Formats: sequence, C-alpha cells, structure tokens
Amino acid sequence: MTQDNHTAVASDTTRKLSWGMITQNGGVVALLVILLFNVLVTPNFLHPQTLFVNISQVATIAIVAVGMTLVIATGGIDLSVGAIMALAGAIAPLIFTSAFAEANPELGLALAIIVPIFVALLCGVFNGAMVSFLNVQPIVATLIFFISGRGIALVLTNGNLQTFSNPAFSYLGTGKILGFPFQGYLVIVIAVAVWWLMAYTVFGRQLLAVGGNERAAQLSGIPVKRVKIGAYVICAGLSGLAGLIVVAINSASDAARIGNLMELDAIAAAVVGGTLLQGGKAPIFGAILGAIIIQLVKYTLLANGVADEVALIAKAGIIILAVYVQQARKE
Amino acid sequence: MLDTSAFDLRRYIQGNTHNLGVWITLFALIIFGLLRYENFGGTYNVSSFLNYNAMFIVISVGMCFVIMAGGIDLSVGSVAAFTSVIAAYLSPYGIQVALPGAVLAGIAFGALNGFFIVVMRIPPFIATLATMLGAKGGALVISGAQTISIDWSSNFTKLGLELAFGVLPWTIVITAFVVVLFWIILEKTSLGRTVLAIGGGEDASAMMGLNVRRAKMFVYVLSGGCAGMAGVFLASGFGAGQPLEGIGWELTAIASVVVGGTLLTGGMGSITATVAGALLLGLVFNILNFENGRGVISLSAYWQMIIRGAFLFFVIVFQSRVANSGKRGTH
Repeated sequence: MTQDNHTAVASDTTRKLSWGMITQNGGVVALLVILLFNVLVTPNFLHPQTLFVNISQVATIAIVAVGMTLVIATGGIDLSVGAIMALAGAIAPLIFTSAFAEANPELGLALAIIVPIFVALLCGVFNGAMVSFLNVQPIVATLIFFISGRGIALVLTNGNLQTFSNPAFSYLGTGKILGFPFQGYLVIVIAVAVWWLMAYTVFGRQLLAVGGNERAAQLSGIPVKRVKIGAYVICAGLSGLAGLIVVAINSASDAARIGNLMELDAIAAAVVGGTLLQGGKAPIFGAILGAIIIQLVKYTLLANGVADEVALIAKAGIIILAVYVQQARKE
Repeated sequence: MLDTSAFDLRRYIQGNTHNLGVWITLFALIIFGLLRYENFGGTYNVSSFLNYNAMFIVISVGMCFVIMAGGIDLSVGSVAAFTSVIAAYLSPYGIQVALPGAVLAGIAFGALNGFFIVVMRIPPFIATLATMLGAKGGALVISGAQTISIDWSSNFTKLGLELAFGVLPWTIVITAFVVVLFWIILEKTSLGRTVLAIGGGEDASAMMGLNVRRAKMFVYVLSGGCAGMAGVFLASGFGAGQPLEGIGWELTAIASVVVGGTLLTGGMGSITATVAGALLLGLVFNILNFENGRGVISLSAYWQMIIRGAFLFFVIVFQSRVANSGKRGTH
C-alpha cells in the first residue's frame, strides 16, 4: 500500500518535472521537433547546401535579435531596427561607388563600413535619448525612426535600386571561412561578446537591474539614463551591421525592402528565446535559438511547398504559443 | 466636494493643453495652404482629401479607444487589407452586403485579439502583432496574392463616388457618423468611462467592480470593426481588394492618436483631437503635393515619411514638456 503510494507520488513528480522541463526549455524542444520533422520529411534537408542557406539567412535576424534582447531587457522595445538597416544599407553603396572610393579602394571600403554603422549608432543615441531624457514610451520614440529612417534612405538613393560589384564588400555576405558563411562566425562572435557584456561587466548587471525595477535601480545609484541609451545604441549598431550584410548578400541595395518587417522577426526571436517583455532578463543565446527556430519554420514550410502566406500565419502561431507558455510559467 | 472640482478643473486645463497643439498646427497649416495655393480650398481638393483620409481617420479613432484602455492594436493595417478583399468578393451582392460583411470580418479579428489578451493574458503588443501576421497571411491566401477587382456594375462603387445628400461622398458621411458615435460612447456612456478607468489603472478598476474584461474585449472588437470599415473604404477607393496594402497603417494610426495628444499610457484621450491628428498627418502630404505642383521645389513622395517623422518628434517633445510642467504644477 505504502509502496503504491510512494510510486504514485514519484511518478507524479516525474510528470511535473518533465512538464517543467518542457516549459523551461521550450525553445530547445521546439528546435528538436522541427529538426526531426525536417530530417524525416523535407527532401535534401541534410545536404550541406541547406545548412549554408539557412546560416546565411538566419544571421541578420540573429544579429538584430541580440540587440533587441538588450533593449527588451531594459523594459523597452525598438521598432526602428528595420529602418536603420535600410539606412545603413543605403549609405554603404553610396560611399564605395563614389569617385573618391574608386580612387582609394581600401579607404573607401573602410568608410563604407564605418560611416553607415556610425550613422546607425547615432540613430540609437537619438532613440535612447528620447526614451531616457524625454520619458517617451519606447514604442513611440522608436516609431519616429521607423517612419522617417526608411524615408531618409529612400531620399538618399532617390528610391533607386543600387547595384554594384565589389567583391571586398560582398565578403560580408558571401564570404566563406572553412566552408561556412562568414556571417555565421560573425553571429557567434557577437553573441559571445554580448553575452560576456551581460554576464561579466558592470554595464550588463546595471542593464538587468534597470529592466527588473527601474525605480529601485535609480535609487541604488545606477545611471539609468546612460544604461538605457547604451542598450538602444548597441541595438542600432547591430541593426546597421545587419543592413550591410543584407546589401552584401544581394550585391544590391533596395532601400524600400532592406529590413522590412525585421522588427517583428527580431521581437519574435527574442520572445521565443525566453526574453520577458517586462524586462529584467536577457538570454542572448536564447535569442539566437529563437532566430534559428523562426528561420527553420520559415524554411520548413517553404521547402515543403507551403505558400509564403501560410508561413506568416505559422509565425503568428509560434509567437502566441511562446508568450503563452512564458506567461503560464510566470503564474 | 471642493477637492473633486479642483481636480477636474486642473485635469480639464491640462487635457486641453495636450490637445491645443494639434488644433493650432492644423489651423495654421490650413491657413498656410489657403493663402499659398489657389485650389487648396476648392471642392475637389477638400472632397478627395477627406475621401482618401477617411480610412485613416476610422482606424485612428478605433486605435484611440484601444490606447485609452492602455493597450495597443498593431493588426489594423493587415486586417484592413484582409477585409478589403472580403468587400471586393462580396461587392456583387451590393454595398448592403459587402459593408456589413467586411466589418464583421474585422470584428472577428478584433475578437481574436480580445481572446488572446483577455483570456490568454498575452500582452497586447504581442497578441496584435501575431494577428497582424495572421491577417496578412490570410489576406494573401484568400486572394491568391492578387488584387481582387470589385464588381463595377453593383452599387458598391457609389460609396466613394456618389455624393450623399448632394454634398459629400458617402465615405466621409459614414466616417463622420462613426466619429460622432464614438465620441458619444466615450463621453456619455458608462462603457466609455470604464475604458478610461482601465487605462488609468486596471487593478483599481477591477477592485471597484468595473467589468474590466468586457471593456477590454470591447475596445479590441471596436478597433477590429474600424479596420473592417477601413478595408471597405480601401476597396472602394482603389476599385479592388488590396491584400498587400495596409503596411504601416497601424503606425499611422498610433501617430494620429499621439499627435492628437492622447498619452500612450492610457487613461485619457480625445476622439476629436485624434481626428485632428489624422487630418494633420494627411495634410502634410497634401501640401507637399501642392508645393511640388508649383514647380519651385521638387520633393519626392519619400520626403513625406521624413516630414511625418519630424512632425511626430516635435509633437512628442511638446507633449513631454507639457506633461513634465503639469507634473511640477501638481507637486
């Protein structure tokens, strides 16, 4: 009798544990399920080419998602990432196709990378300053660049598609090291660097404190405004870099299309990766995992002949499910 | 008793300073236009301007309700695109079927938002983001990613062309009706008061015994219905259901609400000022067209994005200064 009871309790705990493990590691479980499904169903899924395509496509989402994670960790949101990508992506070709850059290729190339990222960082300073000094809600503050950033990019390029042939610059998007796409390594370097920043530096601790409880952080002497600006600046800088990669992949820059709807992908990746929208948590590798899941779902559906439109609906379902599980865990 | 009236007076004055900016700017722009351009005040310009902006006014006043309740609705643009396709499909049966059908479809999406937010307790930002993706995908699926022409022989075409009572197009009359109806709901009904109370403090409202869940459901259904109506206007204006339209509409609507002096934190707001905000944003584009028509300057349509962003910036700076000085006044 007692034995039976004991077993019942034990099995109950196991069940709880396994359910808890699933909700705690929902992202990993989801990834495994998708991978298993693909291995069984999708033709040529295990072909190296599939891997390369997915890596080169997921890189931009992952890079922006890392930045978005920092902003969400402060309790904010950044809607302007796609527009900043477009802006950076429009400026780069303008620089390296100019007469000056043709005369000085090395300097031109350096400027074509430094200037767009610098402009992106300035956008981040603006976003951060709006949020921390004017106390504007992040969704409205970043709405300004969401609307006008792409406008500036379109005005600069006159709305034209800029095509170019510049192998050195294109290396950002098409280069390979040991057979793997260059931007894959870039993602790893960025993720490790930002993870280190969050885990081992004062800035990282302060950022989480601000997101956890802003008032308490303020009272304990944390420079809340500076920390918040820092998060928006990093996010904008990474968005600028992602914009350059998109342009490099295509050897063309279309300001109307670069980074379109990227804010949604990045937010979705961050949320699927376990970032709490209320702030106070910044799972960097979770965001990368989220980006991979989003990309793989898109790929799975497309590779199996499901229309692009339906893939959108699936993405919507994933977002709702991820947040619902997160919500349930909290309660 | 004395305390209450003093509080009301202060709130009234503060509320009006919030709205004052948009009205002054709107009138200044109208006077500028009337003085500078010959045909600015002509029947054709006024009528076509209002006709085109009717859909933005309708989604903006719906958005105003959601924001006053402390929420946000990012799905309005996609839902409008979806319902424009529904309206086009139903147009052979006449306006008496197409209009209610499309509005009902919008209401269904609003109810879905409400379900996610009220029942599943998913944050509004994420819930409506998912609906945005879902509705966009849905619109593409039901239309086969094609624009769906309306039935030109039905009376559906009269909506944008025929003058109601020989004065203004039907779209404008319907919009005016919606605005007046919403104003009455907000100012004169207990439901309107409940919406404001929720935005002011959800927990407090629930403790006071207000039906928070019903009112929250109501605002999302209302916003969905407005998006449905905007879809009807879209189909009638373009002569076709437009599954790819509606991108960025949610931000235009949010911008109109914010420009109209409504704070995104909820708890306060004005329907009339929101209409003024929507008109103001539309007028920027209208004046840009006239300015180009004079041939002195030639600003591409892309400039309107930058100018809108700049507008939003100045309004926000103005708002935050008013809000800060108001705060100082009460201390």
